[in-house]
Amino acid sequence: MGEWIAACAAGDVDPEDVIPVEHDGQDYAVYRSPDDVFYATDGHCTHERTLLCDGLVEGRVIECPMHNGRFDYTSGKALGPPVLVDLRTYPAKVVDGTVYIEV
Amino acid sequence: MSKERLARYSLAGPDNQAAVAAGLAGGEWFRSDIPRKRMKELMRRSDYPAVRDTVIWLGLLLLFAGLGIALWGTWWALPCFLIYGLIYGTADSRWHESGHGTAFKTRWLDEGLYQLASFMIMRDPTVWRWSHTRHHTDTLLLGRDPEIQVMRPARLARLLANLVGLVDVPTAFRHMLVHASGRLAAGEADFIPETERHKVYRTARIDLLIYAVTIGLAIGFRSWLPVVLIGGPRLYGAFLFNLYAMTQHSGMGENVLDHRLNTRTVKMCAVNRFFYWNMNYHVEHHMFPMVPYYRLAELHEEISRDCAPPYPSIWAAYKEIIPAVLRQLRDQEFYVRRELVPGAAPYHQPSPLADGRARPLTGDSAAAA
Repeated sequence: MGEWIAACAAGDVDPEDVIPVEHDGQDYAVYRSPDDVFYATDGHCTHERTLLCDGLVEGRVIECPMHNGRFDYTSGKALGPPVLVDLRTYPAKVVDGTVYIEV
Repeated sequence: MSKERLARYSLAGPDNQAAVAAGLAGGEWFRSDIPRKRMKELMRRSDYPAVRDTVIWLGLLLLFAGLGIALWGTWWALPCFLIYGLIYGTADSRWHESGHGTAFKTRWLDEGLYQLASFMIMRDPTVWRWSHTRHHTDTLLLGRDPEIQVMRPARLARLLANLVGLVDVPTAFRHMLVHASGRLAAGEADFIPETERHKVYRTARIDLLIYAVTIGLAIGFRSWLPVVLIGGPRLYGAFLFNLYAMTQHSGMGENVLDHRLNTRTVKMCAVNRFFYWNMNYHVEHHMFPMVPYYRLAELHEEISRDCAPPYPSIWAAYKEIIPAVLRQLRDQEFYVRRELVPGAAPYHQPSPLADGRARPLTGDSAAAA
């Protein structure tokens, strides 16, 4: 079992968007899907060390801002070159307007 | 000196690891500060512009091919096929944009155009996807970037010959034969993951089959027509896309981590922008590769406060490029360093090594980084 940490306020993330969260020197990305569900993944692309929070969220896909590699952020699945390694995901939940992720 | 310096461009050479050791490879590049809300607007995709432009582009290809076929045997076929060839060569810009996955909102449209354009421009879609990925990570870093078109000193005879594809096409066929035999060409293993290599071998076999059928038809019908339509335009129509592409980085800084130092933005007319798919906004494209071609003019306005003024025309760009490339034949530390507009964010030069002259990274200078 990991530790649940308060990542951000739910209102900090627009629908169909992503924000960066840093905890204990680790970068995470927190997403809000178009249907208002929150997800969390590692903060960096698995291809090269680029922060995903600068990328584009379309539906359930995050696109890396450097080489346009795409992941399904709900499962972490890499959707094709240049990303070949899946993204690590973390459980996320909202309690009283705060988004928690289990790291 | 010249031969030694040219050797530094090899991905299998010592400059590759030296760039890694010096912290240049995979380095942090300068980016203009644009509010997230605005960036999201600029990155947003739509199918309409690329569908419209692709229908027009393919329509023009069919029109001039049809006219050429109808007029075959008369001198009127010549201008028709010249135009057909030049448009065929602009598959380069379609290859580029769809390779980034930014042309269309719908993925299979991007992938379909990418496969077609890769075949037309004679680039293996897998090799060049990874090659271009590296080009964006390590733009104009010696020993790292596999897509440096104009080196220091420039290989002028090769550049001129390549205006009609005389380097690219034989190289493409040599690589197709190597790939079809289940091997990679020199340097390719540095940027193509193992799991992707089977695609390279399969595509080479398919491409060779198509070209063999084309040549077989030409022999069977005792006519050049099949070759003039397929493959041939990569030779006789190569001039235009090379004219565009050589404006991108020629004569600019090497081993820098700021696209304003190694890339040009050139104003072009609507016709050229159509065929080049707005890649004249090249500083913008490198700084934010997520922005689709049809939003680059807006991105240009957003970051112009941080950049040097754009070149007003292709002619203006070449008035600078040609003397710079000629000067680099004898002075390989020379490069074009442009004045930023007043108030721009200063050039990002995190170490003395990133000053654009691309002096040797090994030895004392690397240690100084």
